Amino acid sequence: MHLKQDNKPKLIWLQGITCNGNAHSFLNLENLDSLLKSFEILSHPLLPCTHSLPKIVECTLTTDILIFEGTYDPHMKRGDVLISNLLSHYVESATIVIALGSCACFGGLFKASAPQRNSGLIFNESDKNGPLNNYRNKVINISGCPVHPEWLAYVLRMFLYNKEVELDSFHRPKELYSNLAHHGCTRNEYFEWKVDSDNFGEKEGCLYYKQGCRAPMTHASCNKILWNEVSSKTRVGTPCFGCTEPDFPRNNLFVTKTNMSIPEDVPLGIPKRSYLTMAGIAKTFHIKRLEGKLIDYKKAD
Amino acid sequence: MAKSKKEERRINIISVSLKLFSKNGFYITTIPDIAEKVGMSVGNFYNYFTSKDILAKELVVYISKILGKSIRNINDKNISTEDKIFEIVSMYFNMANEKPEMIEYFLRVYLSNREIFGENCEGMICVTDFVTEMMMFFNDGVECGELHNQDFFSAFGLFMGYLGGMVFLFGEKILPEPLEWYKKSISQNIYNALKAR
Repeated sequence: MHLKQDNKPKLIWLQGITCNGNAHSFLNLENLDSLLKSFEILSHPLLPCTHSLPKIVECTLTTDILIFEGTYDPHMKRGDVLISNLLSHYVESATIVIALGSCACFGGLFKASAPQRNSGLIFNESDKNGPLNNYRNKVINISGCPVHPEWLAYVLRMFLYNKEVELDSFHRPKELYSNLAHHGCTRNEYFEWKVDSDNFGEKEGCLYYKQGCRAPMTHASCNKILWNEVSSKTRVGTPCFGCTEPDFPRNNLFVTKTNMSIPEDVPLGIPKRSYLTMAGIAKTFHIKRLEGKLIDYKKAD
Repeated sequence: MAKSKKEERRINIISVSLKLFSKNGFYITTIPDIAEKVGMSVGNFYNYFTSKDILAKELVVYISKILGKSIRNINDKNISTEDKIFEIVSMYFNMANEKPEMIEYFLRVYLSNREIFGENCEGMICVTDFVTEMMMFFNDGVECGELHNQDFFSAFGLFMGYLGGMVFLFGEKILPEPLEWYKKSISQNIYNALKAR
């Protein structure tokens, strides 16, 4: 089926080493159909598209938007053509290249399959030596594992409306990544008063001290732009794993690394000494309302 | 100028009351005792501290700040954790020698009369400068691989409980040798107990 319509931006979605997580996540976008109608999709791993993979790997087409999902492995082939050749061809015509997901941005989870050669498109973790480093002015990193569908939709809409996307030092859109995952967390009162959650999955308590939560150190808008419009990891009792950052995945995701009970990493930009002073004082107060289940507090007689 | 003089008198009250409290105890020492020793009227004393309890809390904060500042100076040095332990022990024992009222007040008034230090001084509130620097010391020691990673209070109790106990024995004139004599062996004991395995 040929879906081509004139004057629409052309879009190619290529994959490196991937679990398809970002492609699947994007299917959850509300009004997906309406957004997709604005593009001519030449190639996509899941959605209807105008061209088959064998045609794409001939490298005779051009595209306006190139989305790359997954870890870049220079030895990997698609349709018997090296991924590096496909990238080299399509990056030339593309106005923007979207590195989608932490694997495409920094190497991510699948960097481990060949850590010496695998990387993201611009970054290898936080080192800027990926294969598209010379084209970095075209590359927008949308990190996450997976990426929230609205984050990708935001960038695509900005492209459609010819608006500039301001980027941070890791080439991530500031509009989405200047926040921390901590912002909007419903457990913030527990964080303020240092009331910890002792057990996995509890509704009450802060996950930072005992459950490995990285939200105070992680640039992401998970607690502002909610998942499935209703939830986030921290809201259901799972710690933030810091999946949008270059050092993802870390070891022991459910454990807070401490030195003599003192968190190794403290909230972003706060000197450790200042944090310890503030935390020590806050821990002094025992606030009965926050110590038990909220639903049990001051029940009717 | 006037402010500076007022601050001077405030420090004088702190200095005098520290000595009186640590020597005679909190309850026996009265505000008239302190005012007389400072050379001011009881009425004027209340311009500086509105109650004996508030003065008692201010004294703890004052000592904690001095201890905290001294430990921070040591923490900021580019030396091994073993050397830092020796410097902290030395600083603490020097203070016990030169200004015994500081440590005595901490041990004999603050730790022994908890009922006075309840409201607004509970937990870490009045001793935050001191405890924070000890936290930084332990954190840095683990981070550089010299100290064993364990519970903070287990390590803190071992370190400060040991020093407090020695100063207490010193104050009771039980120690056969001057405090100076114990610095090296105590530092070594603390290091051996806390070092990475």
